[in-house]
Amino acid sequence: MRRALGIALWVLAVAAGIAFFLVLPRFVSDFHSRELAQAGVFFIAIVGLNLLTGYTGQISLGHGALMAIGGYTTAILVTHEHWRDVWTIPVAGLTAGAVGFLVGIPALRLSGLYLAVATFGLAVAMPSILKKFSGLTGGSEGLVFVEKAPKQITGLGGSVTIFGHSMTQNHFLYYLTWTIGLIGLTIAWLIVRGRIGRVFRAVRDSEIAAVSSGVNLAKIKTLSFALSGVYAGIAGSLLAIQTQIVNPLSFTFLLSILILVGAVVGGLGSLVGLVVGAFFVQYLPDVSTHISERPGVPDFVYGAAIIIVMILLPSGVGGFLRRLARPLTTWLYTRP
Amino acid sequence: MLLAFDWTQLAQQTVIGLSVGGTWALLALALVLIYRSTGVINFAQGEMAMFSTFIAWSLVNHGLSFWEAFFLTIAISFVGGIAVERVVIRPVERAPELTVAIVTIGLFFLVDGAAKWIWSSETRTLPNAFSTRPIDVAGVAFSIEDLGNIAVSVGVVVLLWLLFRFTKVGLALRASAVNPDESRLLGIRVSWMLALGWGLAAAMGAVSGMLTAPALGSFDQNLMQVVLLYAIAGAVLGGLGSPIGAVVGSLLLGVFITLVGTYVDWIGTDLRTPFALAVILAVLLVRPAGLFGRTAVRRV
Repeated sequence: MRRALGIALWVLAVAAGIAFFLVLPRFVSDFHSRELAQAGVFFIAIVGLNLLTGYTGQISLGHGALMAIGGYTTAILVTHEHWRDVWTIPVAGLTAGAVGFLVGIPALRLSGLYLAVATFGLAVAMPSILKKFSGLTGGSEGLVFVEKAPKQITGLGGSVTIFGHSMTQNHFLYYLTWTIGLIGLTIAWLIVRGRIGRVFRAVRDSEIAAVSSGVNLAKIKTLSFALSGVYAGIAGSLLAIQTQIVNPLSFTFLLSILILVGAVVGGLGSLVGLVVGAFFVQYLPDVSTHISERPGVPDFVYGAAIIIVMILLPSGVGGFLRRLARPLTTWLYTRP
Repeated sequence: MLLAFDWTQLAQQTVIGLSVGGTWALLALALVLIYRSTGVINFAQGEMAMFSTFIAWSLVNHGLSFWEAFFLTIAISFVGGIAVERVVIRPVERAPELTVAIVTIGLFFLVDGAAKWIWSSETRTLPNAFSTRPIDVAGVAFSIEDLGNIAVSVGVVVLLWLLFRFTKVGLALRASAVNPDESRLLGIRVSWMLALGWGLAAAMGAVSGMLTAPALGSFDQNLMQVVLLYAIAGAVLGGLGSPIGAVVGSLLLGVFITLVGTYVDWIGTDLRTPFALAVILAVLLVRPAGLFGRTAVRRV
């Protein structure tokens, strides 16, 4: 009986979440749905990083670089090969996934902070590498979709029609990003609750114990990196589609750090809290600029907010929610 | 070809590399000090050093000489470092390591913002501590500034070593880094040792900043960001848990980067950083715990 009630509550919560996602653009302005779409980009990257850091225990400070791979794949296919922008998303995901796999190989030797620093090096080096191969990447000016391939941009005329519904370009970007985001979240959830997720957690909690129990460490670590890379690549691709431009400055090491901040604020090893993490990273700069425009003050407020949130919620929003819901979950899952 | 090789240039470039590497070594040492006791890299270490350098600039602007400002700034930074630990790090002392790392990232933005708020973001100059006049050593001209920087860096490292090796406080600092629980049982105030470590780290960062700023000519709030990057790289190269490793790693890196910049044309200034990082990655793949690090053996 209680079990059925628990499932019903879950279904209700998911239905409410989807309904909220569908109607949200009706209540916010066109401009705000664009911002929500940007938050969606962070969300996808954060979900991917959480699979790697939260569940497999491998710290990456280089996810901005993987996003750059995705973003540039999209931009190159659109501007050089004249693909339609949305069709490049799967290719961007796979390319970044392949690069993520390669990044995962050093991770077999490095652990903890050494891995973090190695991936951080990738993030720092990425802008200079992009500038160096200017024939492909357009150097420091980057690639501008409107100049080279305006016809490939979905909704450049201002509106997009899908299944007979006409909507503005920004609404389209919102639905596109968050639909992919929610699908990605569902896939991540399925992975985490299944066999692979269990193996991921085993590697996180003790590599030696995992290996002793027959886990192929090399396979699992590179798989986790590759999966995480697919998410980052798709996020980067969506970022490129939204801004219709990529340049080395879109993917600095700061981006990698922000993704990690979002993942930790959202709560490592949880999935629902990550929505809050994404919104935190997206909206905090706006909020802190609102407080005062004086030079330095936004940065100050921004840093203070991160510190205060971490002091108040050391295990992130996810851990907080879990603690909050514990009486309910305990009641639901105990036999009377 | 070999006869035409310019040994003078090699010697000069090596000294420049050591001088630059020395300032990185001080910051790397600060990072290692905090890493050993808390297990995280303090991402705000560079910004704290930048803040200290701005304090030194203010003091010089109020009429103090460079060396008066130098020592006063070290003292202020020491106290400031302790205060930062007490206010910001103490509350997350028992939290997961990544949470502490994110707090230091928050501190990075906070200190950066505070410096822009107080001093605005125009560029400044700090007077040179040493004369930039060249000096003749065995027929090769070196700048006094470079030699002076090396001397100060070496001096600070030796002082720190003396502190850790021969004083009771140093022993307590080492003990609480190695085994906090047992140290607490022996009556060492581990939490305060942590704060003391932050103070020492901040003081060393201050020296690093005050040596870096005059060498660059002019500086703003971005002063230490590149230095932090190289300090992290140097510390990792040497092995994060090893102070000697941090110093040697940073010096090697400084010399290596200067020489590569001088002799390998196609790398230039653009690819210098990626190239250096790639070399470090290669070293790490051979020795995963750095040159001087020891891999910890853990029980399951």
